[in-house]
Amino acid sequence: MTDTPHPEASPTTTRWWQTLLRLLFVAGVAYPVTLLWLGLTVRHRERLPLRGPAIIVANHNSHLDILTLYSLFPLSRVLNVRPAAAADYFLTNRWLAWFASHVVGIIPVIRGSASKSVHPLAGCHDALAAGHILILFPEGTRGEPEQLSELKSGLWYLARRYPDIPIVPVFMYGLGRAMAKGQHVPVPFFVDVHVDRPIDWHEDKTHFKTELQARFHALRRKAAGHGNQGDTHHAPS
Amino acid sequence: MSFLAQAPRALEYALIAVFCLLVFASTTIALLARRYPHKNWLELKLRIRTWWWIVVVFVLAISVNRTVSLLVLSFVSFLAFKEYLTLVPTRREDHMPLFWAYLAIPVQYFWIWDGWYGMFIIFIPVYIFLFLPMRMVLIGETRGFLHAASSLHWGLMTTVFSLSHMAYLLVLPTDATGSMKGNGPMLVLYLVALTQLNDVAQYLWGKALGKAKIIPKVSPNKTIAGFVGGAATTTLLGWLLGPVLTPMSPLYAATAGLLIGVTGFIGDVVMSGLKRDLGVKDTGDLLPGHGGILDRLDSLTYTAPLFFHYLRYLYY
Repeated sequence: MTDTPHPEASPTTTRWWQTLLRLLFVAGVAYPVTLLWLGLTVRHRERLPLRGPAIIVANHNSHLDILTLYSLFPLSRVLNVRPAAAADYFLTNRWLAWFASHVVGIIPVIRGSASKSVHPLAGCHDALAAGHILILFPEGTRGEPEQLSELKSGLWYLARRYPDIPIVPVFMYGLGRAMAKGQHVPVPFFVDVHVDRPIDWHEDKTHFKTELQARFHALRRKAAGHGNQGDTHHAPS
Repeated sequence: MSFLAQAPRALEYALIAVFCLLVFASTTIALLARRYPHKNWLELKLRIRTWWWIVVVFVLAISVNRTVSLLVLSFVSFLAFKEYLTLVPTRREDHMPLFWAYLAIPVQYFWIWDGWYGMFIIFIPVYIFLFLPMRMVLIGETRGFLHAASSLHWGLMTTVFSLSHMAYLLVLPTDATGSMKGNGPMLVLYLVALTQLNDVAQYLWGKALGKAKIIPKVSPNKTIAGFVGGAATTTLLGWLLGPVLTPMSPLYAATAGLLIGVTGFIGDVVMSGLKRDLGVKDTGDLLPGHGGILDRLDSLTYTAPLFFHYLRYLYY
């Protein structure tokens, strides 16, 4: 099924206890935190792909992003959903690495230059080949709360290899207020989640990235018009 | 003859009456939609459907036991406060103060569960009022301080402190007057039913007779006829229901109805003022057909504490 085996979190070799831990994590942490503590308003849920292979591209502001995207899916589908996350962040510490790979179920992506022995997106290729729904954060980092950063190119390379797989943009508004970078306690806010129409891959990389960026900005304007005031930041940083 | 057996029966009858009202509303809309199929009935249909949900949750909340009632009502305060904070601008530096403000909710409802009136009545207006600004000053960011501190406290006062008076009705001593009439759930039902029916009555009177606007800069749809007709209807209903559900005499019950009719209107327009300031039409979209939960609770933020203190002063 896959051409190269990878040491961490290969999506095809899931043990029963990993399955159990992931289900417990989603049902016991992701659902309560996002549905009760925060509260989601999902617009166009019907556009969400429930079967893989598919790619979901989302804006990234908070660790709560992964939990929120998980809770868009029913428990019966959630094992099929795999978020790609930065290896240099999640795999640095042994405990965090174990938790991220086996409980959260991330696919590690090596950020930075692609001239490594292992292809940085190899795990993502495997996941798509195995028919999973892959979650990507094309901004690469959480960045400033409620701000969109420059998009990275990894998605374009990935989609070039699988041009028929639907790429669905999802925009989440309010999670940067609930728990931004550097904050450790989630504070309740209602969160708007907007699922957009699938976007087509384009052979011109800049064109593709510009279009995706435009989609995100349009969704952001829509969400901001919905009453959520966002927060102000005064500290010089 | 035992009041103990009679009191819950009055509650049952009242709840049956509420359900009959809903059936009547649903049927009327269905018939109107059949009679005038070209008009758009979706909004009203959604609104009535949401009413069914509200009533089912409310009935379960007040009829199981005190602990369940308080858990549900504290969750309502939580939703209302969350909706408020989502709506108003907050400073990112205030992340932890906001978290502490949320923690005030379970504590406030614990005082109610405990029946500790003295603490219930000063906890948010005194202790939380003094604590949160201190916590915010410790962070060291002074820009926007007054605005942040005051809007946080306003939110807590309306969505937690004011609304929690409705919950305190549940723990008032039932035998204070020597009468078993007016147990907690019946008092809550009296307050909530009158407040919500007052909203409906003001809307209907306004639609039927309304011309002159009462407060056009804040709420352009509110009319003098709606306000007067609604308040009069609520006074009548208060007089009718008072002797059944509460320990009040007919005169005091009519006055309570008038109080709820007038202050319910004020709560409504005060929340409209907030919405207009923030440039939103609804406070959220938790309740399809209504808007946010604050759009439904706006009148109660005034009627709950005012009715509570009126009743407590007179009878407890």
